[in-house]
Amino acid sequence: MSTETIITGVPAAETSGADASFWKNNLRDYGLLVSLLLIMAFFEVVTGGVLFRGVNVTNLILQNSYIVIMALGMLLVIVGGNIDLSVGSIVGFVGGCAAIMMVGFHVPWVDIDVKLPWQLVIVLSLILGGLIGASQGYFIAYSKIPAFIVTLAGMLIFRGLTGNMLQGQFVGPFAKGFQSISAGFIPDFSDVGFLKAPPGQPQFFWLSMLVGVVGAILLIYTSTRRWMRDNAQAMETEPFALFIGKNAIFAILTVGFSYLLASNKGLPNVLIVMGVLILLYTFVTTRMTIGRRIYAMGGNRLAAQLSGVRTERLTLLTFVNMGVLAGLAGLIVAARLNSATPSAGNSFELDVIAACFIGGVSASGGVGKVMGVVIGAFFMGVMNNGMSILGIGIFWQQVVKGLVLLAAVYVDVYQKSKA
Amino acid sequence: MTPILEMRGITKTFPGVIALRDVNLSVREGEIHAICGENGAGKSTLMKVLSGVYPYGSYEGQIVFQGQERLFSRIADSEHLGIIIIHQELALVPLLSIAENIFLGNEPAKMGVIDWSVAFNRTRELLSKVGLKESPNALITNLGIGKQQLVEIAKALAKKVKLLILDEPTASLNETDSDALLRLLVEFKAQGITSIIISHKLNELAKVADKITVLRDGATVETIDCRREKISEGRIIKSMVGREMSDRYPLRVPKIAERLFAVENWRVEHPLHAGREVIKGVDLHVNRGEVVGIAGLMGAGRTELAMSIFGRAYGRNVTGRALMEGKEIDVSTVQKAVANGIAYVTEDRKSLGLVLSEDIKNNVTLANLPGIAWRGVIDKHQENRIAQQYRSLLKIRSSGIFQKTLNLSGGNQQKVVLSKWLFAQPKVLILDEPTRGIDVGAKYEIYTIINDLAAAGKGVIVISSEMPELLGICDRIYVMNEGKFVDEMPAKDATQEMIMASIMRQYGVAAA
Repeated sequence: MSTETIITGVPAAETSGADASFWKNNLRDYGLLVSLLLIMAFFEVVTGGVLFRGVNVTNLILQNSYIVIMALGMLLVIVGGNIDLSVGSIVGFVGGCAAIMMVGFHVPWVDIDVKLPWQLVIVLSLILGGLIGASQGYFIAYSKIPAFIVTLAGMLIFRGLTGNMLQGQFVGPFAKGFQSISAGFIPDFSDVGFLKAPPGQPQFFWLSMLVGVVGAILLIYTSTRRWMRDNAQAMETEPFALFIGKNAIFAILTVGFSYLLASNKGLPNVLIVMGVLILLYTFVTTRMTIGRRIYAMGGNRLAAQLSGVRTERLTLLTFVNMGVLAGLAGLIVAARLNSATPSAGNSFELDVIAACFIGGVSASGGVGKVMGVVIGAFFMGVMNNGMSILGIGIFWQQVVKGLVLLAAVYVDVYQKSKA
Repeated sequence: MTPILEMRGITKTFPGVIALRDVNLSVREGEIHAICGENGAGKSTLMKVLSGVYPYGSYEGQIVFQGQERLFSRIADSEHLGIIIIHQELALVPLLSIAENIFLGNEPAKMGVIDWSVAFNRTRELLSKVGLKESPNALITNLGIGKQQLVEIAKALAKKVKLLILDEPTASLNETDSDALLRLLVEFKAQGITSIIISHKLNELAKVADKITVLRDGATVETIDCRREKISEGRIIKSMVGREMSDRYPLRVPKIAERLFAVENWRVEHPLHAGREVIKGVDLHVNRGEVVGIAGLMGAGRTELAMSIFGRAYGRNVTGRALMEGKEIDVSTVQKAVANGIAYVTEDRKSLGLVLSEDIKNNVTLANLPGIAWRGVIDKHQENRIAQQYRSLLKIRSSGIFQKTLNLSGGNQQKVVLSKWLFAQPKVLILDEPTRGIDVGAKYEIYTIINDLAAAGKGVIVISSEMPELLGICDRIYVMNEGKFVDEMPAKDATQEMIMASIMRQYGVAAA
C-alpha cells in the first residue's frame, strides 16, 4: 500500500449492507408510512367515507400545504441543531404586510397612497420573510444566543407588530390573481368536446388526472432506475419486495388522490407549489453539499467546524430559508382567507415542529428526512381533519395531537435505546 | 502496620485493549503511596477500578480493603468506606458556594430541609483543617485552582476519608500551592489518613512518598520503598520508560527533502483568559518526507499548538508566521488552513473528529465535499467509490461504508478520521495522539500509513504521549513543556530517558 494509491487508487468492489441491517436502519421510515396509512383508513371508516371524498381531500391539502411548506424549512433548522418558534408569528406578520401593500396604504410624509401589484407584493413578502429570518439567524449564529430564546422573542415581537399593524381589523379582499395561490386550481381543458361532462353531471378534470398518472409513472421510472443503478454499484438498497411494495403504495396513492381531486375541482395550485418544494428540498438534503454540511453541523458541530464547515454562515442560512418559507406560508394563508387577520398563523409553529418530530427528526440535530417530515405533517393534518369531521372539540383535538406527538417520539427513543 | 488496601491480580480489558494486566498494589495504613508511570500506563484505570467506576465483574482480580474483600458496584460503595478520589478535572459546581459544594448530595438536613447553620459550622471546621481562609459562602468560580483543590480535599474530609486518592493534584498548581498541598498530605498522614498520589512531578514524590509503585503498559513494574533506599528521579524514570523495543514499528527509509512547512515565533493566548499565554513563542518546521514528533506531558500545550495552527481552532490573539514551501500562508480559519494544505487529525476523535450519527462514507468526504461534487451537487457514485477505496486501503473493518461510525471500534474510527484528511489531500498532516486507545495491530497499520505519507513527500507532525512510539516512527523530535519547545533531537540518537530528562529539567530535577 502506498499513499499514491490511497489518494488516486482504483475503487475496490465490495458488497455491503445486508437486508437485515437495511430493515433495522429504515424501520422507522416504513413504520411512519404504515401508521399514516392506518390512521387514514381509520378515519375513512369512522367518518363513514367522508375523509376520502374529493371535496375533503382538496380541503385537506389546502389546510396542510403551509404546514408542509414550513416543515421543510423547520427540518433544516432542527437538523442544524436549532429550533424556530417564531414561524407562526412570521406567517401573520408577512401576511399582514402583504395585505396592506396590496390593499393600499398612506405614506404620510409624501402624502400619497401606495398600492402595489400583487406580483410585486409576493416578491417583496418573500424578501421580507428572508430578512426576518436573517435578523434572527444573525443573533443565533454570530451572537451565539440560543435559538430558543431568539425565536421566542421573535414570536412575541412579530405577533405584537402584526396586531399593531392591523389594529384588530381584517384587511382584504385581494385581487383574483393573488387569491388563486390558495383558491385556484391548475387550468384544465376538460370542458371541451367529448371530455365535457353531460349537463347535470359534475365535470371531471382530465388534465389533473393525467398529471397524477404521469407523476406516478415518473416516480416509478426514476426510482426503479436509481434502484437498479445503486444495485449495480453494490450500494445499500432496499430489498426487492420492499422496494416494489413501497413504490406500489406511492403510485396508488398518487393516482388515487389525483382521481379524487380530479373529480372535484382538479389539482390545487398550492399542491403544485408544495410538490415542487418537496422535490427541491429532497434534492438539497440528499444530494447537495450544503445539505450534507447541515446534517454534519447538527450531528457534531465541533467536528464539522474542524472539517472546514462554516457553521455560523450555515446556521444563518437555515434561518433565512425558514424565514422565506414562513413568508410564503403567510401569503398562502392570506390568500386562502382572502384577508389578513391579526391571529393568522397563531400556534402554527407548534404544528410545524410537531410534524418534524413525528416525522422522525431528532431534537438534538443531525437526523431527519424530508419524506418523514411531509408524512409527519400529513399525519397531523389527517388527524385534524378527521377529528373535525367527527365533531370532536378543538380542545380534545389538542389532547390527542399531544399524545400522538409524545407516542411518536417515545417510539423513537425506545428504538434508539434498544439499538 | 498492616496493609489497608491490597489490589491483587487486577486485569481490566476494553474492547481490543488490555488496560491493566495482573496489577498488584499494596498500600499500608498511614503511608503516602505514589503511583507513577507514563500517560496510558494504566494509573487512572487502576484508580477507577478501585473506586468502583468500573464495577465489580467488569475486571478480574481482588480488592481487599481493611481486611475484607470488597465488591464495589458503584462509586458510592467505595466512598461509603472512606475511599475518596479527587480527580484531575475537579468535580465542583462552579456557581455554588464552598459549603454547598462540600455537602452536595450529603447535606445535613431534616426532612429534606437543609440545616445551613450546621453546614456552615462544619464547613468552617473543615476549611481550617485544610488551611483555606475563605468564607463558606464564597462561590467556587471565584477561587483559584489551588484553592479549589483544597475545597475538594475538605469535601473528602467531610465524607470521613480513610484513603485519599489524588490524581495529578499538583499538575495545574504553582509551586507555593503545590508545596502547601504536599504539606497537608504529610499532616494527614500524622492523623492516620492514608493517601495515594498519582503524579508526574517526580521531585515532589521524592519529597513526600513513602513508597512508589511504577506502572508501565498496564502492568506493575516494581514498588520502591523510599525509606529503605535513597531514590533518584533517574531511577524512577528508567523504571517508567524502560521497556523493550521490538519490531512494533514498520521499517522506513527516510527520504527527507527541502523544508515544507514552518511556523515562527508562534504565540497563543488562552481562549478565556486574555493575556495568559499558552503557547510561548514556538518555532517548528517539517521537511518534505519527514516525520516530526512532539513529545511532552499532558498539558504541555501540544494540542493547543496544533489546533491554533489549524485555523485558530484554539486560543485567541494568535501571533506568528506560518510558511508553506517558503511562502507565508494565511491559516486564520479552518477553511484557509485546509486550502493551504494543512490537515489536523484530532486526539479526540469522538467529539472533534467524527459525526457519529453519520455513516463512514459521509465522514470520509466531509472535509472535501467539493472533491465529490459538481456545482454543489454530490455525485453519489463517486462518493461511494472514494469511501470504498479508503475503506479497503486503510483496512477499515466494518459491514460497509454505510455503517454508522458510532458503532466502530476506536482503531477503525481513527482510520475513518485519517481517511477524511487523506481525502482532503493535504501537504502537511498534524496527527494528534493518532494511536490513543487503539490496539497494537491497528497501531501498526497507522504507523504504516504514516510511513506511506512521508514516502509520498508529505510532512507529518505526530503528537504523542507515548515516547517509544515517537522514537519508533519519527525522524526528529521536539520536546515541549509548558507552552515552549524545550529541546529538539534527532530520533535515532534520542532515548526516552533523554526526553523525560528534558521535561523534568523544567521542574528543577537533574535526571540521572
